[in-house]
Amino acid sequence: MIEKVIFYVFAAILLLAATLVITSRNPVHSALALVLAFFTSAALWLLAEAEFLGIALILVYVGAVMVLFLFVVMMLDINLSVMREGFARYLPIGALVGVVMVLEMLLVIGAGVVDIGGPPVEAAGAAAEPNNIRMLGSVLYTVYVYPFELAAIVLLLAIIAAIMLTHRRRAGTKHQDISVQVRTRKADRLRVVQMPSERETDS
Amino acid sequence: MSALIELSWIVAKIVALVVPLFVAVAYMTYAERKVISSMQLRRGPNRVGWHGLLQPIADALKLLMKEVVLPQNANRFLFVLAPMLSIMPALAAWAVLPVGDGMVIADINAGLLYVLAMTSMGVYGIILAGWASNSKYALLGALRAGAQVVSYEIAMGFALVGVLMAAGSLNMSEIVRAQEGPIWNWFWLPLLPLFIVYWISGVAETNRLPFDVAEGESEIVAGFHVEYSGMAFAIFFLAEYANMILISGLAAIMFLGGWYSPFHGIPLLGPLFSWVPGLVWFALKVCFFLFLYIWFRGTFPRYRYDQIMRLGWKVLIPVTVVWLVVVAGMILAEIGPWFS
Repeated sequence: MIEKVIFYVFAAILLLAATLVITSRNPVHSALALVLAFFTSAALWLLAEAEFLGIALILVYVGAVMVLFLFVVMMLDINLSVMREGFARYLPIGALVGVVMVLEMLLVIGAGVVDIGGPPVEAAGAAAEPNNIRMLGSVLYTVYVYPFELAAIVLLLAIIAAIMLTHRRRAGTKHQDISVQVRTRKADRLRVVQMPSERETDS
Repeated sequence: MSALIELSWIVAKIVALVVPLFVAVAYMTYAERKVISSMQLRRGPNRVGWHGLLQPIADALKLLMKEVVLPQNANRFLFVLAPMLSIMPALAAWAVLPVGDGMVIADINAGLLYVLAMTSMGVYGIILAGWASNSKYALLGALRAGAQVVSYEIAMGFALVGVLMAAGSLNMSEIVRAQEGPIWNWFWLPLLPLFIVYWISGVAETNRLPFDVAEGESEIVAGFHVEYSGMAFAIFFLAEYANMILISGLAAIMFLGGWYSPFHGIPLLGPLFSWVPGLVWFALKVCFFLFLYIWFRGTFPRYRYDQIMRLGWKVLIPVTVVWLVVVAGMILAEIGPWFS
């Protein structure tokens, strides 16, 4: 009973946040609404006893991706009137894509299982292992080890490519060579001059 | 009915945790001023109450009475929301921290992950405060803080991976139980590099000296909270100190054996100290880390911004990655007394 109430409250917040993402006039508000949407969907996953997925969603998307996203949105001087231009023109295409996505999701989930409420159906073997994360780990590193490693390599490739693209040496930029800075000794910068002491003479 | 009793029990536990936490925050500010003043051969606050002991209360009253000024052209909603967003995660993360044996609000399996998720939320308060104030200093502070917190989270997360490998669990109580024994049984010894990395990242995560470029009084006035006054400022202040206590508590749980006495299991000393409750040991360990915070503040100059980034990405993260391999080797070799 309580679970059902919590589910509907979070679902309502999620829908509201998702609507705000596209209707909000201010891009920063949109990004924040997206954060809220991520957060509430993580809460829904927690409700479905997928605690690892839920917390990983917060950790990765809310904690890292959206922070950087928010930076970009804050830095850009977005002209709202230009952004809203052609809203009506692209509306039918957007609506069509949305409808197709909903239909596809319904096909995947199966129209019969839309009834939500009560504890989720236990997956085979899940009941034996109460620790969600341990189960995920053991499956990931045994049955799905090759796809998992492949995904890791693809991600590594993306990281290296991104770093190479941004860190190419351009002419005219000044770089600080930290190792040179650290190796600097006092003698490189400072010269101590020995002088005989003087005394002001009374005139 | 039973649900109602359970609910009120949870609320009672939350109150029992949050009220001492706020008192600790208040007296942390007092301790900070006193310790720093004695480091600088001053007396520190000594007018309100006996040796200035009522100073935090006087400060809180002063901040309560002050007007909250809304800057012109500030985004009102976000300006008010930002302090709340910064204090909420600092308090929420305490839900899974065991302060004593079995003394925890939510003893969940994914405790460590939950803590990481909650601490990563804290940066929103800073970023939004900086942006909503409509001030260039605030925005600069927010940018610095955001980049810094996101970078150091990675090193921190890796250090915690070492802890969960060593403990074999994400449950905070299980992590403490895995360290049962005297002081050399705790994880600080096999995970020493990770312990140091965690602590440095913890200081950077809370934007404390020597990593306090987000505030940078001498360059950008006070950084992200320059436009805040009165209670709104006080909430940022509270959040900063609550975060410091949280990081200290986490360090005590994961590396210094939580509620265990340092003499636990030693033939003669162990029984001698067995009457001391676990909560006291935990509090002492937290105080030790809090003192380190103040000590750093009193003695280190501020880091240059690019050096902070370099330290996080090019020094701390490689150290953690290497040590994770070493930890895996130690676990495979069943090196005692930790992994046997």
